[in-house]
Amino acid sequence: MKPPAFTYHAPESLDEALGVLAEVGEDGKVLAGGQSLVPILNMRLAAPAHLVDINRVAGLSTVDTNDTSVTVGATARHTDVELDDAAYGVQPLLRQALRLVAHPVIRNRGTTVGSLAHADPAGEMTAVLALTRGSVRITSGSGSRNVDATDFFVGPLECCLRAGEMVESATFPAFPAGTGSAFIEVARRHGDYALCGVAAAVTVLDGAVSAARAAYISVGPTPLLVDLTDAVAGGAVSGGAVSGADWAAAGRLAQSQVSPEADIHSTASYRRHLVGVLTARALAEAAAAAAPTHSLPLRRSG
Amino acid sequence: MTQIFGEPITRREDARLTTGRGRFLDDLGRHALAAAFVRSPHAHARVREIDVTAALDVEGLIGIYTYDDLDGPLAEPLPLLIPHPTLTAGRTAYPLANGIVRHVGEPIAMVVGTDRYVAEDVAGLIEVTYEPLPPVVGLTASRDGDLLVHDDLPDNVAAHLMQQTGDVDAELAAAPNTVTFTQTIERSASMPLEGRGVYARWDAQDDSLRVYSSTQTSTSVRAAIAAKLELSPGKVEVIAPDVGGGFGVKIVHPWPEELLIPWAARLLDREVKWVEDRREHFISSAHERGQIQDITAGYDDEGRLLALDVRIWHDHGAYTPYGIIVPIITSTQLLGPYKPRAYRCAIDSMYTNTVIVTPYRGAGRPQGCFAMERTMDRIADALGLDRAVVRERNLIQPDEFPYDQGLTFQDGRPLIYDSGDYPESLRMIRELVGWDDFETVRSQAAAEGRTVGIGMACYVEGTGVGPYEGGHVQVENSGRVLVSTGLTSQGQGHETVFAQIVAQELGVPLDDVVVTTGDTRRFGYAVGTFASRAAVMSGNAVALAARNVRAKALRIAADALECSVDDLDIIDGVVQVKGDPSAAMALSTVAVLSNPLRYAFDNAARAATQFAPRADPLRAPVDEDDEPGLENRDYYSPIRSTFASGMHSAVVEIDRDTCETKILRYAVVHDCGNLINPMIVEGQIHGGVAQGVGGALYEVMHYDEHGQLLNASFMDFLMPYATEIPHIETAHLQTPSPLNPLGIKGAGEAGVIPGSACLASAIEDALGVRISAMPVSPSDLFELLATDPERTRRGSR
Ligand SMILES: Cc1cc2nc3c(=O)[nH]c(=O)nc-3n(C[C@H](O)[C@H](O)[C@H](O)COP(=O)(O)OP(=O)(O)OC[C@H]3O[C@@H](n4cnc5c(N)ncnc54)[C@H](O)[C@@H]3O)c2cc1C
Repeated sequence: MKPPAFTYHAPESLDEALGVLAEVGEDGKVLAGGQSLVPILNMRLAAPAHLVDINRVAGLSTVDTNDTSVTVGATARHTDVELDDAAYGVQPLLRQALRLVAHPVIRNRGTTVGSLAHADPAGEMTAVLALTRGSVRITSGSGSRNVDATDFFVGPLECCLRAGEMVESATFPAFPAGTGSAFIEVARRHGDYALCGVAAAVTVLDGAVSAARAAYISVGPTPLLVDLTDAVAGGAVSGGAVSGADWAAAGRLAQSQVSPEADIHSTASYRRHLVGVLTARALAEAAAAAAPTHSLPLRRSG
Repeated sequence: MTQIFGEPITRREDARLTTGRGRFLDDLGRHALAAAFVRSPHAHARVREIDVTAALDVEGLIGIYTYDDLDGPLAEPLPLLIPHPTLTAGRTAYPLANGIVRHVGEPIAMVVGTDRYVAEDVAGLIEVTYEPLPPVVGLTASRDGDLLVHDDLPDNVAAHLMQQTGDVDAELAAAPNTVTFTQTIERSASMPLEGRGVYARWDAQDDSLRVYSSTQTSTSVRAAIAAKLELSPGKVEVIAPDVGGGFGVKIVHPWPEELLIPWAARLLDREVKWVEDRREHFISSAHERGQIQDITAGYDDEGRLLALDVRIWHDHGAYTPYGIIVPIITSTQLLGPYKPRAYRCAIDSMYTNTVIVTPYRGAGRPQGCFAMERTMDRIADALGLDRAVVRERNLIQPDEFPYDQGLTFQDGRPLIYDSGDYPESLRMIRELVGWDDFETVRSQAAAEGRTVGIGMACYVEGTGVGPYEGGHVQVENSGRVLVSTGLTSQGQGHETVFAQIVAQELGVPLDDVVVTTGDTRRFGYAVGTFASRAAVMSGNAVALAARNVRAKALRIAADALECSVDDLDIIDGVVQVKGDPSAAMALSTVAVLSNPLRYAFDNAARAATQFAPRADPLRAPVDEDDEPGLENRDYYSPIRSTFASGMHSAVVEIDRDTCETKILRYAVVHDCGNLINPMIVEGQIHGGVAQGVGGALYEVMHYDEHGQLLNASFMDFLMPYATEIPHIETAHLQTPSPLNPLGIKGAGEAGVIPGSACLASAIEDALGVRISAMPVSPSDLFELLATDPERTRRGSR
């Protein structure tokens, strides 16, 4: 449980970091919070020749919120994002998801961007990026590009980053007006990676459910986004109560879209079952969250 | 005299241990060389070649050692620690593989380098050529016998053990009702937060060795090292420093590393240290629990158990260094607080190509309890009786003690229960958990759409097994009282409880007492810490030693104060004449007087001279049957084990949609005789219950068909967090043991024993689905609910 030898770089500016990354190319790995990378190194599952520690790079630890989105810098900790009231005001799903990510001590070190780059299909933030139709800003010595969630996640523990690139930030847009959200999961122990997790967003327009979407973790190689609007059409909202929506039907629809695999913690059929149960629960909770905003147009103070 | 024994005194070791001032193995030997091991990646293979060429250039490499480098007794197989007549095919490994490996993780080569990084680099560059052999994974494969773990053992059976009393076949044939079923129990492991570790220093001038080991038995490790390295035991010191948990795995000895690290230290004349990492602990220490049980019970219409016939296959892993203690305990402790007319338990101890199986807290008892308690539940179910009522009808009664179960226990002695009050214990647990009112709770929950259930499990635990422990008590001239005992501590609170006992017996303030455990420099004769024996064994030993010191102190003081011993008492460290506090002398002064001196080297000695007994020219300064010093060493050796007992009851809620189990309440009634420190007993129960919950709901060793352990990390081996452990409600019953001076019974393992049985009972009660395999995960419950054939018949209640 000791890592093989590596060269350690601790750049203090973005340019310097990008310079090192360009130089070391395929042999380099970005070190952010280290909560995933350090165990991998210690177990000698990876042996990068160079570690580029970005924790000292100025200007990367920000959580910037405007009317339409939240942008999280590469070294902003999960905790920074979770506790940021402005971010919660614009995109509540961030906090709803982050409280399920690991434990406080790990959230104090682990970064939200790092968990996207790590691309673990069990990582909550991958589903949040997918459901919010968010994107990441990928930067290298030769410039930046924005990549949306669908293109960013390539497979389990695999994203589209190329040698010499790093993720500079991730942007999570706000949902359309009248949208409520929820994140629900089943994990074996408190704070564990989920056996199945669902991020849901339900939009209510003029008292009727107009859109319902969900994103899933731990049931496929990348976060899976499913549009469930058809199944819940007919749902109505009045006085904060939702009626007429067939959440269970949405659960069944979602089940038909997933092809989960078995592992040591769960059979495939149990995971599929959870997709149904958790979809129904998450949608109902999201709709309930949407309803009051709609019927009582209270302005959040941000 | 203030009462100290029996008080919930705060643990004296906690301030040190919780503020980073503990001295654990890895805190020692900062400049020692570090060792790492090349371990087998195969579950079963011949080792054809070990090529070190690529590794030789690594800077900092000191040495690479394989089996061929070993000689003398070290080149022989490791000892089979506990022989038994039925262990006819015992097998142990070599310290380093001798041509064949039988589980993933078996050590093949030892690397010593300037630090652990170097050692791991080197280990990674050593190329071993294997000829893989088909592995035997799991009890079923072992039982089939198509593939063999040891090619000279045609059936994979290490031992066939039989325990019986009464005529089972006749009783079963005559029984009005019978039930037959099969159960399986998964593997788990002790999993202390601090793994194993060894640090050795060789003194070439003195030809002596000092070894620190994170062990549960320093004296026995010393004996093993001395034998294997051909040293005089007097030239070997073994010290257990602060140990971060043991739970059984560290009673096994000598681990290969406990021999190889001292051996390397002597060979190199350098300090060498090895600290196990978590992956090593998973694949090269020990596991426990795995069993398949076939059970047939005969019972009458009132639910009285007439005959119990149990057939068990016990997974022993690849070797049997600790003998068959675990199956022996299962077979004997299975009976619990009950008295079937006839009982038979036949156990096959099976080899598999997996990590060895040795005792883990509970040590075979959780499995036995699972067999018996689930039988009680089945009988209640079949007869439509309350599960508590069925148990009540089968209990041994208070006037039946001592109760002879007619079997032979793990110490080779008859299984005779010394004390207890099981009906009272049952009454208490029913009251504590609200057993009799549970139907109200159930229907209230049902009205809210919630599914709840209640379960119960009872156990008897043989504790305080011999052969002996000793204690040494010494009053220093300063008045400080040094206590030492040879057995070791792994966080139990021995510094507190042994001090309580001695302070009470001697009549000194608790703060004056300093306790040392597990250091062969201080106490050379000991057995070790296991089997809930420390309080019973060493507790009574230090009590006896303290009584002897007290008697001597009174004798010396009586001489000095010119009064009779009977007139004296010791209060707060001062010997005084009863009713006349002015005629008194401090125990420190008595200590000075106890050692007739020629030289007054300090004030204490000088001041004491005025009390010196009138010199009797015809009497030697030290009497013929006396010794200098106010100290005593005594031993406690019981004729039999003491039998603690208890009953657990749990209320669970099951989310019918997600199949998750939540423990709403967990109640414990516990009887370990007189309580030395109720807070520490409570802590022991809490920790045990947590491990019981782990075994019932979370912990599995996921071996694949190749014998690879798939979840060898804390990420995937689901040891419960504090968040998974419910609040634990406890009540104590105290039936003192007649077998020892303090009237105590052990408490260390109690909490874990009935966990699986109790939670299985509760889950079954909630869902009406039969639980016959533990642990049960949400995924398991989901699959059970989908398929259980018995469900429709039983319905859900
Ligand atoms: C006990 C435990 C439980 C956990 N439970 C959960 C959980 O339930 N849910 C969950 O989502 N996560 C969980 N995690 C993971 C945690 O969220 C990690 O912090 C996160 O996955 C990675 O973030 P990091 O900052 O620690 O990244 P690091 O460990 O530093 O890096 C992880 C990977 O991402 C790459 N990387 C990081 N930042 C960048 C960047 N800016 N640009 C390019 N590449 C980058 C690294 O090179 C590396 O390959 C858990 C971790 C632990 C230790």
